[in-house]
Amino acid sequence: MNPAIQLIDVTTSYENNVVFTRLSLEIEAGQFVGIVGPTGCGKTTLLKTILGAQKVFCGQVLLNGQPVDRIRNKQIGYIPQLESVDWSFPVTVEDVIMMGLYTGKRFLPWQSKEEHERVEDLAGKLGIYNCLHQHIAHTSGGQRQRAFLARALISHPKLLVLDEPTSGVDIKTQHEILHLLSDINSQGMTILLTTHDLNAVASHLPWVICFNNGIVAEGRPRDIFTNDILTKTYGSDIIIIEHGDYHLIANSTPLKFNHNT
Amino acid sequence: MQILLEPLHYEFFRHGLIAAVLVGALCGLVGVHVVLRGMSYVGHGLSHAAFGGAVIGFVLNFNFYIGAGVMGLFAAILINQLTKNRKIKSDAAIGIVTTAIFALGVAVISQQRNLNKSLESALFGNILGITDSDLMIIGWVTTVTMIIMFLTYRPLLFATFDQEAAQIFGIKTEILQLLFALLLTLSVIVAMNIVGVTMIAAALIMPAMTARMLTDRFSVMQLYSIAIGVVIGAGGMYLSYFFNVASGATIVLFGAFIFCFSVMIRHIREKITLRTNLHRHGNLIHSHPADNEHHDHTDETKNDKKC
Repeated sequence: MNPAIQLIDVTTSYENNVVFTRLSLEIEAGQFVGIVGPTGCGKTTLLKTILGAQKVFCGQVLLNGQPVDRIRNKQIGYIPQLESVDWSFPVTVEDVIMMGLYTGKRFLPWQSKEEHERVEDLAGKLGIYNCLHQHIAHTSGGQRQRAFLARALISHPKLLVLDEPTSGVDIKTQHEILHLLSDINSQGMTILLTTHDLNAVASHLPWVICFNNGIVAEGRPRDIFTNDILTKTYGSDIIIIEHGDYHLIANSTPLKFNHNT
Repeated sequence: MQILLEPLHYEFFRHGLIAAVLVGALCGLVGVHVVLRGMSYVGHGLSHAAFGGAVIGFVLNFNFYIGAGVMGLFAAILINQLTKNRKIKSDAAIGIVTTAIFALGVAVISQQRNLNKSLESALFGNILGITDSDLMIIGWVTTVTMIIMFLTYRPLLFATFDQEAAQIFGIKTEILQLLFALLLTLSVIVAMNIVGVTMIAAALIMPAMTARMLTDRFSVMQLYSIAIGVVIGAGGMYLSYFFNVASGATIVLFGAFIFCFSVMIRHIREKITLRTNLHRHGNLIHSHPADNEHHDHTDETKNDKKC
């Protein structure tokens, strides 16, 4: 069986700067993978390369064994960084979810009965039924993330790609989002996400890739979240504190404040 | 009623009114996407490029619409291509491309030392000089644009909201962008005869922004914007007739008045909503919609005062 995602010797660039060279990566179907690394290390470019939205200099990107640029219906659900969304745009939560169906054959602007039922059903499952008719700006961070998740899931994709889904939300919402993704993954969907939150990755994700313009290491968080690998990934000294089954990751040189002054 | 019927006895007014209503609806529809894509300046720029094209077409003995259309579309495609380079922002690309084509038109005029009547109309608007063939062209452009935008409502909305995600989801955003650029160029060219190059941006933006003040839903915004465009066009024409003021300028001024009125309505509505939803529970002051199912007002709070 072909891997869900396969990069073979891929080189890509962003604004004339090479982001990574001769990168090879395989992600099996049904995996739940997190990509971590410092800001500007090429995580988003890697996601866009996998999604076929970034041109590659050389190499091949395959989804389920087929070149990504030749697949008509990629069956990918994508959630962008929410910081890039225009919250003043006149759409409700329902409108946002409906966009996931806008690649279909129906061209009439209004919803069909079947589409309406699908939106309501999914919104109910994700706990955003009550805010379906609210303007997207009038919802909480967690509800927004769920609305975009619903948009990604409504067309039943095989692969779900999320760009920093845990940024800009509180720790409880972060926990809820990752649990929700874990539930979705347990139903067989391949999930790939980027994040800056190492502790969330350590406690919620089964597989992680440390990335810095190339793969530094990949494996289970408990195996690869070592001082050596994280220091190599982030270029700064990072310590790992073990607390029972948990790994807590912290910077080893926090700022010290003189409270007497 | 008689006062509204009286100007209709004149053919020039009937033609002008039909043109203003059609162009109002057209600009209202296209303007929604222009405003939401943050391209408000593009209408202004494209009209300048189309004017440059019309001048060149005049020198080469082409029809006004062919010269303006070709150059307007060329400018729209060039702007689109230039903005793919992240270092060139859209406002800069619009400024460079359209002003250069406009300057070319001005240079040609300065050589010819003769400004044709249709070029003068394009520059300042001349709704009272609308001919039957002008009306036919305006009617065709409005109908075709409305049909295309109806059929592409879904992908256009997705691409306007989130271009990158739309592309990843499988929408052909490049084709859609070119199609929209074509429709926008056609709209700008037919609107040039009504309000003139100098005021076209207002005709595109005002109905859409007024509609935005009145609703938070895209589909409703489109319908409102078309209706407001029609009202501004028709109202502006009548005011122009009664006060004997240039029709293009009157339409734009009436549009500005309606926009200010909508801002006021929005402000008042927000104040009323806040007052309705604001509650005091002892020392706690908070706000929530009246139909919030999760908010339980216990008997204790029933006697609490409204703020």
